[in-house]
Amino acid sequence: MNRYRMVALQGCLTLWLLLAPTAHAVDNLPPLSDPVLRQRYDHLTHELRCMQCQNESLADSQVSLAADLREQVRELLLAGRSDDEILNHMSDRYGDFILFRPRMNWRNSWLWGAPLILMSIGAIVAWRVVRDRARHVDDGTDADAESLNS
Amino acid sequence: MTRFLLPLAFFALLLVVLVVGLKHAPDKSLIPSPLIGKSAPAFTLSSLFDPRESVSARDLGGRWSLVNVWGTWCVECRAEHPELLQIKQQGLVPIIGIDWKDNDDDAQAWLSQLGNPYDRVGADRDGRVAIDWGVYGAPETFLISPAGKVVHKKIGAMTADVWQREFLPLIQAATTR
Repeated sequence: MNRYRMVALQGCLTLWLLLAPTAHAVDNLPPLSDPVLRQRYDHLTHELRCMQCQNESLADSQVSLAADLREQVRELLLAGRSDDEILNHMSDRYGDFILFRPRMNWRNSWLWGAPLILMSIGAIVAWRVVRDRARHVDDGTDADAESLNS
Repeated sequence: MTRFLLPLAFFALLLVVLVVGLKHAPDKSLIPSPLIGKSAPAFTLSSLFDPRESVSARDLGGRWSLVNVWGTWCVECRAEHPELLQIKQQGLVPIIGIDWKDNDDDAQAWLSQLGNPYDRVGADRDGRVAIDWGVYGAPETFLISPAGKVVHKKIGAMTADVWQREFLPLIQAATTR
């Protein structure tokens, strides 16, 4: 019985391994011959969003527009453009939304500052609470007991 | 008392912010175009009807015009077609068509069957021009000012309502000034 199970498991595993590569064969362009460019291409197509399917990257999307954009990334790489230039090229046309990693600008800078502000509010509140408690302990009264009585 | 009121007030404020945010959130599937306010992207395409003729950014500017990106494979394009014909009939603005990743024969058949609302149609066979225009879902319609600037973009089918509410006021505001 156990033996059959092992065989079944092995079969499943083999099947899975056989199918795994096809799951990633979305990109039908021949790979770039230069390994450095190939790596940058992989990186950039994962940094750019597919505009039609929104939660997929260009690298993972089967939509024809994604294929067109992949081809454009490839051409820009071959033309010697830098990663930043390529990301700008895309965001100039499709807006910052195409970038998975949002850039800081004047409109969203408060998002970057918000944790700091919230943390300082928390720190001030904590400091005041601790100070009040300490004062009540000095007085010989318990802050919590007092608030229950009031 | 303030011990309870302060957090409650904070909670109420948060609630208001969230409700307003939800009510006024624009459709998340519509992404604002970075092209608005900028010059229309340069392009040159061969005409759908005559490969020797070209359709280019020079056909825009000097007057108000619409650029409509469509394709015969696009369902919504069929839905908006009657409205485009209507706009052509009004004669206020010429419509320049960009036939996106389409088959020329299909496109010609479509226009002869449904009527041709376009002044000129360029065939964007490999989809490059559409990328320069930041197109991601046909149909898309751009309003181009006489100065050659992109003034407005509509993603999705043009309807009489959209035309009257979003496009006409922009043209009228500029011409009556």
